[in-house]
Amino acid sequence: MTGTGLTALAAQAPGTTALAAKAHGFLSPAGVEIAFLLVGLVTLGAALVTVTTKQLVHAALWLVVTLGGLAVEYLLLTAEFIAWVQVLIYVGSVVVLLLFGLMLTKAPIGRSPDADSGNRWPALGVAVAAAAALVWVVTDAFRATWIDLEGAAAAGEGSTKVTGEFLFRHWVLPFEALSVLLLAALVGAIVLSRRKTGEQR
Amino acid sequence: MHLVYPAVLAALLFCTGLYGVLARRNAILVLMSVELMLNAVNLNLVAFDVWLRDELHAGQALTLFTIAIAAAEIGIGLAIVLLVYRNRGTADVDRLRDLAEDGQHTEPADREHQAEAAA
Repeated sequence: MTGTGLTALAAQAPGTTALAAKAHGFLSPAGVEIAFLLVGLVTLGAALVTVTTKQLVHAALWLVVTLGGLAVEYLLLTAEFIAWVQVLIYVGSVVVLLLFGLMLTKAPIGRSPDADSGNRWPALGVAVAAAAALVWVVTDAFRATWIDLEGAAAAGEGSTKVTGEFLFRHWVLPFEALSVLLLAALVGAIVLSRRKTGEQR
Repeated sequence: MHLVYPAVLAALLFCTGLYGVLARRNAILVLMSVELMLNAVNLNLVAFDVWLRDELHAGQALTLFTIAIAAAEIGIGLAIVLLVYRNRGTADVDRLRDLAEDGQHTEPADREHQAEAAA
């Protein structure tokens, strides 16, 4: 699990808002790029293992590595609050829900040879074609575009304070609508998973 | 930092998730792949927000909303998968063929047979 080690290492990279004003952590701009590339490789590798492994529980655990690596990428992009939300929501609850789902559907613990369906070669073709097209378009479009990470860190762009300000100043109405949607999803999940009263099984 | 790095990583993660959605047989693994695709989109949103640095911070706000919607989606999705498992005894998406054209329960094994008969 190299992802967790890198998490602890890179968690301090953008620094808090107080520190960001003067020093911007201990990583130079080139260091941030190298760290981003390395963590990106780990993330991509873990994602590939997630979609190809034959062991269902291992897929969920590799998904943890992928999501944790993405949290580190958010930290390196100075989006601190989103990084911690990612850790809390995805690693904390979504993966646990997925593991519960695997348990409740009595997924086999060992290797299950029929984890992939018959159309995996067409799927591979579609995915490789989409990846080639997307990567070509993206590299062609943003070949000469740089992100000003130092300026963003100095302004404290992704800190909790700034996030709270723009979220509750400009995005209040979508936020409240989203809470209603979450409530509806909660009620829907309960209704779906509830056994009907008087049902004999 | 070069904007291409996060954009390319997001594209590759999205295509990994695409492969998982198309190739996996267990419905819960399909849900995991959907999570991968959503996360790729989140990475793109964060990267472009840091690049553009607009007043409203639309990228980061939409990332938070996407995370919340993904949590709701995984809850509903798992409830549906559990209901299907309870009713059918399986969570394989290949076996759920009620809406197939012939409208009969067909196993994947005799699908070729039926295709030959139709041809």
